[in-house]
Amino acid sequence: MKIHEFQAKDILRRFGVATPRGRVTDSAAEARAICAELGGRAVVKAQIHAGGRGKGGGVKLAHSPEEAEQVAGRILGMQLVTPQTGPEGQKVRRVLIEEALDIAQELYVSMTLDRALGRPVIMASAAGGMDIEEVAASHPEKIIRQAVDPHLGLLPFEGRRLARFLGLSGATARKAVDLLSALSRAYLETDASLVEINPMLITGGGEVLALDAKINFDDNALFRRPDVVALRDLDEEDPAEVEAGKHNLNFIKLDGSIGCMVNGAGLAMATMDIIKLYGGEPANFLDVGGSASQEAVAAAFRILVADPGCKAVLINIFGGIARTDRIANGVVGAIRELGGVPVPVVVRLEGTNVEQGRAILRDAGFGFIVAEHMADAAEKVVAAAGGR
Amino acid sequence: MAIWVNNDTRLLVQGITGKEGTFHALGCRDYGTKVVAGVTPGKGGTTVEGIPVFDSVEQARAATGANASMIFVPPPFAADAIMEAAGAGIELVVAITEGIPVSDMLKVKTFLRDHPTRLIGPNCPGVISPGMAKIGIMPGHIHRPGTVGVISRSGTLTYEAVWQLSNLGLGQSTCVGIGGDPVNGTHFIDVLSAFKDDPDTEAVILIGEIGGSAEEAAAEWIAANFKKPVVGFIAGRTAPPGRRMGHAGAIIAGGKGTATEKMAAMREAGLHVVESPAELGSTIQRALGR
Repeated sequence: MKIHEFQAKDILRRFGVATPRGRVTDSAAEARAICAELGGRAVVKAQIHAGGRGKGGGVKLAHSPEEAEQVAGRILGMQLVTPQTGPEGQKVRRVLIEEALDIAQELYVSMTLDRALGRPVIMASAAGGMDIEEVAASHPEKIIRQAVDPHLGLLPFEGRRLARFLGLSGATARKAVDLLSALSRAYLETDASLVEINPMLITGGGEVLALDAKINFDDNALFRRPDVVALRDLDEEDPAEVEAGKHNLNFIKLDGSIGCMVNGAGLAMATMDIIKLYGGEPANFLDVGGSASQEAVAAAFRILVADPGCKAVLINIFGGIARTDRIANGVVGAIRELGGVPVPVVVRLEGTNVEQGRAILRDAGFGFIVAEHMADAAEKVVAAAGGR
Repeated sequence: MAIWVNNDTRLLVQGITGKEGTFHALGCRDYGTKVVAGVTPGKGGTTVEGIPVFDSVEQARAATGANASMIFVPPPFAADAIMEAAGAGIELVVAITEGIPVSDMLKVKTFLRDHPTRLIGPNCPGVISPGMAKIGIMPGHIHRPGTVGVISRSGTLTYEAVWQLSNLGLGQSTCVGIGGDPVNGTHFIDVLSAFKDDPDTEAVILIGEIGGSAEEAAAEWIAANFKKPVVGFIAGRTAPPGRRMGHAGAIIAGGKGTATEKMAAMREAGLHVVESPAELGSTIQRALGR
């Protein structure tokens, strides 16, 4: 789960991380007042979940309260397009107004899980404020990785090692170590999957602050984190994905024309891959769950055909424990419940009682295109969606 | 001979009194697995379809000689169940439960350092040695005894591969689902290393997914250590970066863990890499020269 920058900063402050003074607002008039409180100069930052906001024009410096109001007025309500939002952009509903600080140095620090190690790691680099993925690709030696024992947290000597690598010394180094240990506690004590401070700012006076902040949480731990769940912003999520979540369906919207309904995440990815191999483009990832019940299939159909880009649907179900004839009845029942579907439906069923299952589909009268195996299914659905 | 699961397996089921636990405990027994006990705290002394239920793994092991456990305990309590099994000296623990928090699994990893238990999963379909025994939720009837080993991060995609093999008359020695979570007990290399020493395994299908670098590590290990033919597939070539594809581990982060990179690493290591998931079986057939 993702949250906004201002929420991430609230959490980091609770753990003792210094952040610039400021407040979030949804009104341009209030932006002006906040700027005045901050001494007449402020940075106006669009609050959306996607990164790269500066590149899209979502972060601006205002030199006066009047300018803060104007800038906030322009940013609020805009469809902000960044490298991470897709071409349609994301609507800005709130802006964070913060004091403008003098910047001596911008560093990068983050904490996430290293799967190969089976431990969290802190990553730090003196090349902050820019695209860290670019740094990782072109200058990996500029990034240091420090494994952290999840039960002990970042140890003081490990923090000093990181500060040394960042070229810090004296009081500034001590402040950076404090920030890093707070970062580690915030990660470990909130079930986070990523805490990123980019940039971590060193001011001309040697203060160390989080100028920007991003926190993602482990979805599997949300059941015990009501405080985190309360920060969820459904406006930032795709409505179809939110609807799918209500039915325990795992759904991700993509841009193609072939709706996919598959049981199991691995088979769902493989189905998307084979569609592409046959010249088609998947419209989504959708895992209906291992048992593919009638209720799940009906909900999945509603979501798939609500997408105007969907020209055909491929159902690929491997009936493991559940018998294929029962799944076929579920699919037919779901379509009957919906009063038919407006696009061609290719069905590939496999498993126990597969002959009965296919017969049920053929006899249902909905014009299902029955496929024999995965490659056959991909070929048929690409043709049904209008070819290559 | 197969690996890890065989005719000597004596299985206990943690969470046996839940709906899923009961269903799959009976599924394993119907397949021929010796299901000797169930464990649900507070339900000791009862039975499930003739299987005695105990309050603790320790009691169940002492009374029945169980040497393997299958876990269906809900996510909030699943990590504790895994550690209880390891603490009681169970040799093989297969955790089916999906949705265990990462931080809980980090505790499990720490605990397992002091215990010789092999953990498979969590969030996995389990392990089957066709014709002998199964520990897990996979449909037994699609398998056939034979000489192809299967290793996978996913469930139904593994069934797809097995189905293709069985339809071509190629049986399986053991199929291991290592699970789709970012922190798990058994890695590709652990399974490959067991297949290396198993004379009954002649070839291996390795099914990976986007995310992480386990497939790259496995490819490197194969190049240096593994002489039997390996067919590799990576699911998720079409997945966009930054989106989690169902499995908690299947996410392309920071431009790393793409299918293209993984397939390239596999090719370089000499694996038979298939582009189409429909060709897993036929490629093994060719690799074995049949």
